[in-house]
Amino acid sequence: MKTLYRLQAIVTKELTQLKRDRMTFGMVIMIPLIQLMLFGFAINTNIRDIPVGVVDQSQTALSRVLIQTVRATQVVEFTEQFYDVEAAQAAIARGEVRAVLVIPQDVSQRLVRHKTVGLGTPASSDEETSRPVAQWIVDGSDTMIAAAIKGLRAMPLTELLGLPANRMTPTFEVALFYNPEQRTAVNIVPGLVGVILTMTMIMFTSAAIVRERERGNLEMLITTPIRSIELMLGKIIPYMLIGIVQVAIILGLGYSVFNVPINGSLLQLAAATLLFIMASLTLGLVISTIAKSQLQSMQMTVFVLLPSILLSGFMFPYEGMPLAAQYIAEALPATHFMRLIRGVVLRDVEIIDMTYDVTWLAIFTVIGLIVASLRFKKNLG
Amino acid sequence: MNQSSNQHQQSVIKTKGLCRHFGSLKAIENLDFEVGKGQIYGFLGPNGCGKTTAIRMLTGLLLPTSGEIEILGLTLPRDAEKLRLKIGYMTQKFSLYDDLTVKENLKFIAKIYGLSRSEQQSRIDELLETYGLDQKAHQLAGSMSGGQKQRLGLAAATMHKPELLFLDEPTSAVDPENRRNFWEKLFDLCEQGTTILVSTHYMDEAERCHKLAILEAGVKRADGSPDELMQNMGAQVVEIESSQLRQLKQQLIALPEVISAAQLGSRLRVLVQDSCDDPLAFLVQQTALDKSALTLVRPSLEDVFVTCTGKGRQ
Repeated sequence: MKTLYRLQAIVTKELTQLKRDRMTFGMVIMIPLIQLMLFGFAINTNIRDIPVGVVDQSQTALSRVLIQTVRATQVVEFTEQFYDVEAAQAAIARGEVRAVLVIPQDVSQRLVRHKTVGLGTPASSDEETSRPVAQWIVDGSDTMIAAAIKGLRAMPLTELLGLPANRMTPTFEVALFYNPEQRTAVNIVPGLVGVILTMTMIMFTSAAIVRERERGNLEMLITTPIRSIELMLGKIIPYMLIGIVQVAIILGLGYSVFNVPINGSLLQLAAATLLFIMASLTLGLVISTIAKSQLQSMQMTVFVLLPSILLSGFMFPYEGMPLAAQYIAEALPATHFMRLIRGVVLRDVEIIDMTYDVTWLAIFTVIGLIVASLRFKKNLG
Repeated sequence: MNQSSNQHQQSVIKTKGLCRHFGSLKAIENLDFEVGKGQIYGFLGPNGCGKTTAIRMLTGLLLPTSGEIEILGLTLPRDAEKLRLKIGYMTQKFSLYDDLTVKENLKFIAKIYGLSRSEQQSRIDELLETYGLDQKAHQLAGSMSGGQKQRLGLAAATMHKPELLFLDEPTSAVDPENRRNFWEKLFDLCEQGTTILVSTHYMDEAERCHKLAILEAGVKRADGSPDELMQNMGAQVVEIESSQLRQLKQQLIALPEVISAAQLGSRLRVLVQDSCDDPLAFLVQQTALDKSALTLVRPSLEDVFVTCTGKGRQ
């Protein structure tokens, strides 16, 4: 009974303090809102309108049609025209354009002899048919841009000559489940839940104990009969509610603005999210018992936040990372949550079927809570 | 030390050989003292003499390097948690929440001490009235004056009606008027049977204590009631009225018999060691002043303090 009183005392106090702290209270709402808008629109792996230049050495009607056809793909936007390759390369170096299309003088000949265009008469030699029509010079340092231009390598040219498109039989049929239109937002928005929760949850609680210490409240608090675990739980509970509010904002906006479906049940979603919120909060508490000042707790939060963004599978597929990085990623609650939330939101999976990640988060929370309670000593020296 | 008068009283605090070192710094060294029930016991000493360290050890916030502490029949630090409900502690710095109102702060403390819902309400109302905070109940604690904050601190520290109250320099940020009222509250508590240990560096405050210990550099220099201390100080006090006091002071302070000389306006207050049989004659001889300029006066606590701590410096 007294435990309940004390727990309630801490929770009420935290909520009242939060209510009075307008700035933090605003952040609770604004962080998910702004970040969702920013990242939802900004992060896009379907690259379009890359600024490129052209060196047209042929200056024929055909070369101009070729340029039009390339532009029609919408992958590139021709912004510059150069008279020789050297000038074009210099423009790439200066960063004015990311790539340059070089159309050779004999483009018509190359085109006619090209295998896919296939004007077979007179019979051409292998050497002739294997000659490409034109060349791309690409700033290959950005692999995503390079990949997008490489995607143009095999673009069909038949319609250039008014011929019917020759049908190619693909080796594989690909059925795209869960995101058939391949919209980046579908993958990003649920992931953002993980990133934003990592940020706010760890940040709030990592300051929790340190702040009491810095403001001198701790000296009073530890002479009272309060137990460590009561203090820790009391610090966590208010932020669980806040976490839920933030998730609702992100997924609600994701649904209405970015059209990200929520395929799983809300109950499953709430369960997965609560698991992650608790894991993040206890991690914050552990930080709070280690840090000596609020600045230190902030630094430690960032130390956890960066790998949570970069290694958790939010931006880059987990599978593509080297083994060592995968081990680090495994240690981060965010990694497990990315799998869970994408599973629930996009693939309508029951979290109970994702035993590994669920168990991991649960164990992390319990251990975190124990460590924080043990580390928090009720004395000053 | 007049121990006989306390013998029938049960002791509430008792320490033996209490030490606390921070690295090479000896914050408290071999502290023995005893506080009887219902007393107001003072720790008098300059800043940095170890008052706060001693109180933190007695409240279980700091572990002693060595020595024994027995409080209300419990042994520290072993029984620290059991002791929490029996003691109240008011820290030197205001340690309630600035961003909560007076009432919210008290409610928080009441819940932390596990008061039932009905108890909470009546106790808070009672405290608000006792400490004159009922008008301020809904004001943020951070926006209150030093005196109000200190009364709120005392209200919070006495929420659970502790048998023993620790106050660490409770009046350092308070004007004399508020300080007097504060002491009235302390005597009220004392009358209700609360034992109080208070640290201070104000002489007038120390004089109000039933008993006090003078601390310097972590060592207890003297203890006893203010009167006992003044009687047993081992020095006599002479006031000299004269011009050119600065010069006179320099001259007197060089004498081995003179413990100290301090100017008070147009007078010089000179402490002469007891070994000197007739301090007046001695001073007349030394200063060549007229005897009428010299008066033997009653010692004050400040004189005791200067005498005790002076020994330490020599």
